[in-house]
Amino acid sequence: MANSSLTIENVHAAYGAVRVIHDVSINVNSGETVALLGTNGNGKSTLMKCVMGIVKPAAGRIVAEIDGEKHDLAGMATEQIVDLGIALVPEGRRLFPRLTVEENLLLGAFRPKARAQIKTNFDFCCEAFPRLAERLKQLAGSMSGGEQQMLALARALMLAPRILLVDEPSVGLAPLLVARTIDAIKQLKDHYQLTVLMAEQNFTQAIRIADRGYVIVHGKIAFEGRSADELNNNDLIRQFYLGM
Amino acid sequence: MRVNTTKFAFITIAVGAAVMAFAHWFNVDYLYFASYTILQFIVLATAWNILGGYCGYVNFGSAAFFAMGAYSSVALHKFDTLIDHWFSGSFAAILHAVFPLPIPILILFGAIVSGIAGFGMGYLTLRLRGSFFAIATLALAVVLQTLVVNWEYVGGSRGAYIIRPESIEFAGITINYIEYLFGLMLLLAMISLVTARAIEHSQLGFGFATIRDDELAAEACGVPTLRVKLIATTISGAFMGMAGAPFPYYIGYLQPSSAFGLEYAVNSIAMPMIGGTTSWVGPLVGAILLGSAQQYATVTISSAVNLLIVGLMLVGFVIIAPNGLIGLVQGWRRAWRKP
Repeated sequence: MANSSLTIENVHAAYGAVRVIHDVSINVNSGETVALLGTNGNGKSTLMKCVMGIVKPAAGRIVAEIDGEKHDLAGMATEQIVDLGIALVPEGRRLFPRLTVEENLLLGAFRPKARAQIKTNFDFCCEAFPRLAERLKQLAGSMSGGEQQMLALARALMLAPRILLVDEPSVGLAPLLVARTIDAIKQLKDHYQLTVLMAEQNFTQAIRIADRGYVIVHGKIAFEGRSADELNNNDLIRQFYLGM
Repeated sequence: MRVNTTKFAFITIAVGAAVMAFAHWFNVDYLYFASYTILQFIVLATAWNILGGYCGYVNFGSAAFFAMGAYSSVALHKFDTLIDHWFSGSFAAILHAVFPLPIPILILFGAIVSGIAGFGMGYLTLRLRGSFFAIATLALAVVLQTLVVNWEYVGGSRGAYIIRPESIEFAGITINYIEYLFGLMLLLAMISLVTARAIEHSQLGFGFATIRDDELAAEACGVPTLRVKLIATTISGAFMGMAGAPFPYYIGYLQPSSAFGLEYAVNSIAMPMIGGTTSWVGPLVGAILLGSAQQYATVTISSAVNLLIVGLMLVGFVIIAPNGLIGLVQGWRRAWRKP
């Protein structure tokens, strides 16, 4: 099977003088879905941005292994990281609201590498999200939240990624739609053999599909659960996170 | 049906030739003077729109790029008069053969100087967003004006005189000099419009649009945002410099306060806003409309009323048609289709 994994080692990151991430180490093995759990303001999104090169880590290493080749992501430009096959579904979807669904998808394949196989990937997306295929000419901003989230996922798929980073897919969605979105991520992962790192605050939904998970508190990894069960039955999580 | 760039270029050339022929047939100096200003604003507005409209980065420093083009011409013109003072012998003879440079070459120089300045400004300021970027560009204009005021070689605060020749010899035909300048500016306007339209429908244009709509999403899509923005500032700056390069020959007397005038900064923002910023048509329509209104006001009321007109029209359009005339027309067309 195609091999793609992500290793984050001792990463520190800060916005100016404000330190956000302290010595975080995470690894995502090939074909795994790993959940990064934590409430608002604990550094989940920042960590995602570090991987994408949008925020430059102050220290530490981020290594992506794709088909046996190791790439040190720290210091690479975002577009190069995208070229490697790492795609981010940003928090809050971040679609281009005044463009149509089709245009949003085509923009997902901005890189020359992705443009080369734009037709195949576009058909892929239409197949994976028939709902979007019905609405190709509709403005992205006029769709419901759930549909927009699907479009955000599909746009990332236009890059034919190997590693998919999903930042808070549940933001602003009704509970039923959260469950549907999470299911969609699972299906995509199984179907296209993706390696997924998902930041989420909706604990119960996230661990439904996660193989493993980390709990991040104030920019530090507070707990590492080696299985979904371990996360489920952990006192620390109940205390820190669920407030029970 | 969409017209491709080559066809559009031919259409533009045809329209440009028609305008030139009409002007030549009419042959009134005032018409050339007035239309030159309007054409100059078409170039400036189109250039501004490449960065401000397509990319969403508001540039308040248009006057700086315009003035840089103008002052690069002044500098090269001065150089011509000082050749004998600085050099002698055969080298001076060679320089005399080359100088004075023809205006198309000066335009090229203006484009290079302002293009480099645009690139530099972009590199230094494009990490800023929104109003912070706008303030930085405003500061650029102030800094440059101070530099020019203190630069004796180009006249300092006294300004520089450039005596425009009466006419120019062109393949045996004598052409009125103002007609020549008008023709050059017409050509520049045509080039800038074709370029803007080509960008709009290109991969680069899509990159610009993603940055305008959502920069983070653009990065997530793999748009090399900094590089794309630098391309925008460079092209935009270069066109503004081109518009400025023939200006000293047009005006005859260039001083810092006129080259860095508020009207350039304000007009190059107001014109695309009034026309509509999403397409090349917007700056064209806005510049023709606002430019003509200003020319009319200059001869009927007073030249000081110009900026008042701009201000009033801008306020009016923000209220009535926030997406400019193009947005208004698009809205009507949509309403027409859906009765």
